[in-house]
Amino acid sequence: MTEDPRALLRADDLRLAFGSTPALDGASVAVERGEIVALMGPSGSGKSTLLHCLAGVLRPDHGEVWWEGRRLDTLPERRRSAIRLERFGFVFQFGDLVPELTLRENILLPLRLLRAPRADFQRADDLLDRLELVEVASRRAAEVSGGQAQRAAVARALVHRPGVVFADEPTGALDSVTGEIVLTTLVQLARDHGSSIIIVTHDHRVAAHADREIVIRDGRTTAEVIA
Amino acid sequence: MSISRTLLGLLENEPSYGYTLKHRYDELFARTKTLAFGQVYATLGRLERDGYAEVVGVETGEGPERRRYAITTEGVAELDTWIRTPEPATAFAQSTLFVKTTLALLSGRPPREVLDAQRGVHLARMRELTKARTRADDIDRLAVDYEIAHLDADLRWIEEASERLEHRDRAKNKGNRP
Ligand SMILES: Nc1ncnc2c1ncn2[C@@H]1O[C@H](COP(=O)(O)OP(=O)(O)OP(=O)(O)O)[C@@H](O)[C@H]1O
Ligand SMILES: [Mg+2]
Repeated sequence: MTEDPRALLRADDLRLAFGSTPALDGASVAVERGEIVALMGPSGSGKSTLLHCLAGVLRPDHGEVWWEGRRLDTLPERRRSAIRLERFGFVFQFGDLVPELTLRENILLPLRLLRAPRADFQRADDLLDRLELVEVASRRAAEVSGGQAQRAAVARALVHRPGVVFADEPTGALDSVTGEIVLTTLVQLARDHGSSIIIVTHDHRVAAHADREIVIRDGRTTAEVIA
Repeated sequence: MSISRTLLGLLENEPSYGYTLKHRYDELFARTKTLAFGQVYATLGRLERDGYAEVVGVETGEGPERRRYAITTEGVAELDTWIRTPEPATAFAQSTLFVKTTLALLSGRPPREVLDAQRGVHLARMRELTKARTRADDIDRLAVDYEIAHLDADLRWIEEASERLEHRDRAKNKGNRP
């Protein structure tokens, strides 16, 4: 393996089958601190599955996942879910906000779950400001546009200053101008905080925001194209 | 696009007369403008001078003599390098990319390597433009967006071609299984 052992997040030779369907068949990834990586590949090639393994949501049948020098995939679910809450952020294709809560409450959610000090709550308002969401901050998530919801999802993924943001087609449901705004903000904020991003996408314009890309085909990662 | 390297690619398949090469070229690559005979013979002369092709037979009879050309070892090496070298990521590189992919396919070289190498060059350029875009004023931005859109179109074609070739190979492998 050529993977750097000091990588922030690393996966070696992951294999995972759903019944008789192999979803991962030798996937390896190494992500450095602050690095932005695009994960590309045809539909069904295993991108989402790989993301879930890296985030400790799914356990691979074979292979290892290492987070900050510690083995992640063998930890009990309780420990993995604690790491997810504290150190990871997530953005999915469809905002995935709690519809009954306001945008501001949605963004505060990770801080409340982490029992963060009150002083940190200011960050939510800073993010609302930066994402131009102040006017709709007290609207419920169910009552805003897709683009506004997606920007709030970006804020929620970053509010606790995670080590890594996992983004699965974060702009897939948006038009290209709105998508561009969401993406630029996500990338800028992550760079400001030194957070890494792994972004799954079919769109080369999205991938072009990353420092490099990893291609996956039939569950296997192929040569990494380095900038 | 390099006509001389394209003819070399066609010549690799089998030793040929100039007129055969011209018709093969027109059939594969001349979507709008066919090749002139004069250009074919001049190009073959240059390939011979450079040691990439040689005359392996001359047919005499009525009319002009006809020379049969074959590719040399140096010619194969030169062609190989050309096919494997990705094109610069300019907005109009796609026709040469198409020629290289076709020649790779016809000659049993892996076309996926051609496509993957080009993909890397295109994406690197797109990354560069995406960075430049954040500092660009409105006019620059129009130019940058224009180039990005064209690279994106090329990349989609590369992606689709890769996938189609892969499906084809998979189907072929299945067929070969006892
Ligand atoms: N929960 C599941 N149960 C059974 N099969 C699954 C499950 N999740 C994924 N798969 C299968 O595993 C393979 C990889 O799926 P995955 O969702 O990782 O692909 P993807 O690259 O994210 O595709 P897309 O671009 O369409 O989102 C596919 O064949 C899929 O059908
Ligand atoms: Mg997916």
